Amino acid sequence: MKPSAFEYIRPGSLAEALACLARYGEDARIIAGGLSLVPAMNFRLVQPKVLIDIADIKELDYVRLDAAHIEVGAAATQARLLAWPELATASPLLAQALPHVGHFQTRSRGTVCGSIANSDPSSELPLCLATLAGSVILRSKGASRQLAAADFQLGLLHTARKADEMVVAVRFPLRQKGAGYAFHELAERQGDLAICAVAATVTERAIRLGIGGVADKPAVREWSDLPDSGLDAALNEFAWDLEASDDTHGTAVYRRQLVRRLGRRAILEARACRN
Amino acid sequence: MKQETHLGKFVGRPMERVEDAPLLAGQAMFCDDLPVRPGTLHAAILRSPHAHAQIVSIDTTAALAQPGVKAVLTGKEIKEDSDPFLIVLRLPMDQWSLAIDRVRFVGEAVAVVVAEDRYLAEDALDHIKVTYKPLPAVIAPLDAAKDGAPLVHPAAGTNVVSIRDFSYGEPDKAFAEADRVVELTVDYPRNSQTPLEGYIVVADYRREDKIYDVMSNFQGPFTVHPVMSRALRVKGPQLRMRSAAYSGGGFGIKQAMFPYVVLMCIASRRVGRPVKWVEDRLEHLTAAIAAPNRIIRGQAAVMNDGKVTGFRFDQLDDYGAYLRPPMPGPLYRQHGIMTGGYDVKHMTIVNRLVMTNKTPSGMVRGFGGPQIYYALERLMQRVAIELGMDHLDVIRRNLIPAGSFPYRAAAGALIDSGDYQLAVQIATRDGKLDELKLRREQARSEGRLYGIGFAVVVEPAQSNMGYLSTINTVEERRRAGPKGGNVAYATVNVDALGGVSVTADSLPQGQGHATVLSQVVADELGIEPHEITCNMERDTQRDPWSIATGNYSSRFSSATAPAARLAARKVRAKLARIAAHILKVPSDKIVFSEGKIYSMDDPQTALRFSRVAGTAHWSPGELPPGMEPGISEIGVWSARELEPPNDADQINTSLTYGFVFDYCGVEVDRDTGRVRIDRYVTTHDSGKLLNPLLADGQVYGGYAWGIGAALSEEFVYGEDGSFLSGSFADYLCPTACEVPEPLILHMETPSPFTPLGAKGIGEGNAMSTPVCIANAVADATGIKDLRLPLTPSKLAGLIQGEEPARPRATAATAPPSARARGKGIRGEGSAFVACAPEQVWQTLLDPTKLAKVIPGCNKLELVGPNSYRADLSLGVGAVRGRFEATVSLTELDPPKTAVISGGLQGSLGSSEGGGNIRLEAVEGGTRVSYDYGFDISGKVAAVGARMLDGTARVLMNQFFQRLGASTGAPEVSSAARSWWRRLLQLLGIAR
Repeated sequence: MKPSAFEYIRPGSLAEALACLARYGEDARIIAGGLSLVPAMNFRLVQPKVLIDIADIKELDYVRLDAAHIEVGAAATQARLLAWPELATASPLLAQALPHVGHFQTRSRGTVCGSIANSDPSSELPLCLATLAGSVILRSKGASRQLAAADFQLGLLHTARKADEMVVAVRFPLRQKGAGYAFHELAERQGDLAICAVAATVTERAIRLGIGGVADKPAVREWSDLPDSGLDAALNEFAWDLEASDDTHGTAVYRRQLVRRLGRRAILEARACRN
Repeated sequence: MKQETHLGKFVGRPMERVEDAPLLAGQAMFCDDLPVRPGTLHAAILRSPHAHAQIVSIDTTAALAQPGVKAVLTGKEIKEDSDPFLIVLRLPMDQWSLAIDRVRFVGEAVAVVVAEDRYLAEDALDHIKVTYKPLPAVIAPLDAAKDGAPLVHPAAGTNVVSIRDFSYGEPDKAFAEADRVVELTVDYPRNSQTPLEGYIVVADYRREDKIYDVMSNFQGPFTVHPVMSRALRVKGPQLRMRSAAYSGGGFGIKQAMFPYVVLMCIASRRVGRPVKWVEDRLEHLTAAIAAPNRIIRGQAAVMNDGKVTGFRFDQLDDYGAYLRPPMPGPLYRQHGIMTGGYDVKHMTIVNRLVMTNKTPSGMVRGFGGPQIYYALERLMQRVAIELGMDHLDVIRRNLIPAGSFPYRAAAGALIDSGDYQLAVQIATRDGKLDELKLRREQARSEGRLYGIGFAVVVEPAQSNMGYLSTINTVEERRRAGPKGGNVAYATVNVDALGGVSVTADSLPQGQGHATVLSQVVADELGIEPHEITCNMERDTQRDPWSIATGNYSSRFSSATAPAARLAARKVRAKLARIAAHILKVPSDKIVFSEGKIYSMDDPQTALRFSRVAGTAHWSPGELPPGMEPGISEIGVWSARELEPPNDADQINTSLTYGFVFDYCGVEVDRDTGRVRIDRYVTTHDSGKLLNPLLADGQVYGGYAWGIGAALSEEFVYGEDGSFLSGSFADYLCPTACEVPEPLILHMETPSPFTPLGAKGIGEGNAMSTPVCIANAVADATGIKDLRLPLTPSKLAGLIQGEEPARPRATAATAPPSARARGKGIRGEGSAFVACAPEQVWQTLLDPTKLAKVIPGCNKLELVGPNSYRADLSLGVGAVRGRFEATVSLTELDPPKTAVISGGLQGSLGSSEGGGNIRLEAVEGGTRVSYDYGFDISGKVAAVGARMLDGTARVLMNQFFQRLGASTGAPEVSSAARSWWRRLLQLLGIAR
């Protein structure tokens, strides 16, 4: 469990990091917290030739608020976002979901953007981004673009990021007036990757439900004017549409059941806490 | 209730651990921290990705040419330099330290690279080319026991390598006269306890004096020292085994490192330099050992008043691929005490030992106890349920009566002491069982699933070294000579200034033995524990040792601690004689207290401890006539009660027997199937507690692991033998969040058979907690057949009934037509390609075109008619592996159907599979339908199982997109995902 040889670069600025990316492209990987990347390197599942460590890039270490978003820079840790005093009011969903992301110790290294860039279908943060219809800011040496979550998240460990691009920030839309939010997950232990995670936002007219851990990427469905009597049928349909599969931690049947039952729980809870 | 029964001034007191300060300050030196000789090389091990395969060839040429590589060893070299390990049974089931000709489990060591550092060694592993011919594997013990099953060791002629049956009392009569017979079959899973620190070996062959000098974290018992020295073809003293003072955890598992000790010894001899090997987590989980999984059919002969009059146990214990000594210990260590805490005189036992293509079984804390108590205590709950009685009433009805100790159990255990009724009384009173019952009532009235479980365990400690001979018949035992006992050593030294130091043979694995030894010796010598230095390192060339030396079977309190007291008493007697000589008083008047030695008649004329001790060093002439100078005494102790098995096959398997009575309340969430432990009460009678603080530490540890065994821990194997639990993301040990604080209660009934009256306490909860939780879940849900671990997914499946139907007539997933085993990835689907079938067909049969369509294809060559060999870089996201693929297309019916089969091999693992492809002309193009099934084994299955299905889909998609593109067709729609899978499969890549 030793990684294969790689070159390690620790740029002090974003421009320098992007220049490295432009130079090495596919051969390079960005490392932030390394929570997913380093174990994969030790197993030699991932063998980058170059690691670009962004820990020293101060300009990327921020959490800030604009009129419509919380923007989190690529070097900001999950712990930093969780400790941000305005989180609960700015994004009740993130405030509920973040304690499920790993443990106190891992959150102090793991970054928000790193989790989203890794695109693990069982991770909580990509699910929140998808459910809230947030976006990702990508930069390369010569260009910058912003992609909606749905356009960025393509599948299992697979995103729309190009080889010379880097996720420099993510944007979570602020809480909507009159909306309620709820997050639930079932993992075998506290802090494990979810067997199924559900994130719900409920407004006066619409219900939006995101599911993690079941399909190859976060799946989001929105219903408007859904009567209570139709809720179970709607969840059942959603559950079946996700093409769940078995693994050693849970059967496909179980995952569908969690979509139905935790989904219902989250929707009712989100509705109850609408402000 | 904690009775105040201190034995001495320090023994019996909850003293803080002397080990903790160095640990907390980061100064404790673990085996990996110790300095090694300059020039030490590092080893990495190549392991089998197959559960069962013939090794056709191994080519090490390329690996040897890698930078820094000094040697590559394979089975050939091992066979030249060593003999196979001795095993308990006289059967041809040879095991060497590397596989010879055949691999028998995923993770079996096949080759070792020795290089300048571990990184270079691992780099070189990828360059060893092993050609395997896969053989059918047998994984489930019941399958392995069937006639005609593939044989793990063909020379043995069977997988069921030992069958013994035993009868005690009059079991037929008991069952004939019973009011009813209650029966339950349990299937106890594979699990282990997982030390933070893996195996570490530093082997140094000293050519000139022909000594193998080994520093390792081997924990004993040293019964395997002769096994190692015989394998290395040297006399015992030529194999020097040394161990560090600190260990990162043992739990029995660090006994089974001995094949690696031999392997590194041979490697060191071959390269002429010391060789160090540190086991990593993947290696440990995959290939160290597991506790044997066991199927037990239990029957109880029961009277209507709840009295159990007889038991029948039929056990099928799974030892995996090799029978490593001291296996099959777990099947026999509990033998004498198979009736548990109950007064049941009549019993039959059938023990069958089966081999399978899994990691060998070995010593794990609890050592057979978790398995048998899972059967026994589940069965006792079934007795209560079938009689309509309260479970606790049935327990009380059958407990061994107070006042009948020492009690000879049916199968031979001589239970030293106890008062089980009192323990139950304390537990129900102080643990507030009545309150717990009210909580259950309240929860149930609200429609929640809440249950209470009980477990009774008799906790054996200090194994009889002869128990394993019970596996042999009376005649065989007579021929071999009697085996029994358990010899313990400790040494107490006093230097010229009165400094006291202690060594002992217990090889502590974190329990705090130095703390207790200092308490024991301080009491004898009238000094403070902190004035005593304990050195827990061990060296077989310098220190006394016996086959029993080591850390296992909770032997410290009843074996090593008494040996230390014996040694201290010899020192005390000597010092008393010296003091009496100086003071001119009789030595029986001498008192030791607070660092002073004096006559009880004249406390004012006291000698300093250091002055008396110094006399033996500085002025031997002043010693009493005939006394030897110096002060260094060895205490050696073995209990006479540990007799060999008798001719009726009765065996007193252990010296002491503690008592554990647990109960708990749990709730099962109806939506998620998750078990929440509401309250847990564990009551222990472990005889005298030498240090209650350490005793509680043992209870916490055993209990936490018990929760893991009950709810989340299992080594999972696919049907093909692929190993699926290779990281802590898949083998789920409970964390602090999953372990609620238990209520620990103690009572102390001293053992009359050991000088300090202390029994073991380290293993009880490993036996009681899994079944206690299972009984509570059974009480909550009414489910009879519960197989651990009780994961949320499993329990939800049991309590939720059928799920709501698929809402509309979307294509349901059909069962796969291809045979797939293991992390069997299987599926089927279809996709549309906008070109004619002939065109698609052409692409599939044209190596040049195909190479462009296959994702990550670096090279593809035709090796036969419609057979290809390809060099592929496959993966998703950043995860990539390089594989060699072989693919054949057969049963061609152009341009309509073909059968594809093939395999993949690479450093990340291997895969085998096949499937069918069908092309059908439809409007505007071709519909390609496919099905596939394949197995994946090796590293990628062990650590990435949850990703495999998704990865297969990604690769399939890519394939069909590229197929479409190569034929000039537009991109394939996402509905075509499974299409692509099929193709991939075609390549053999596919999952």
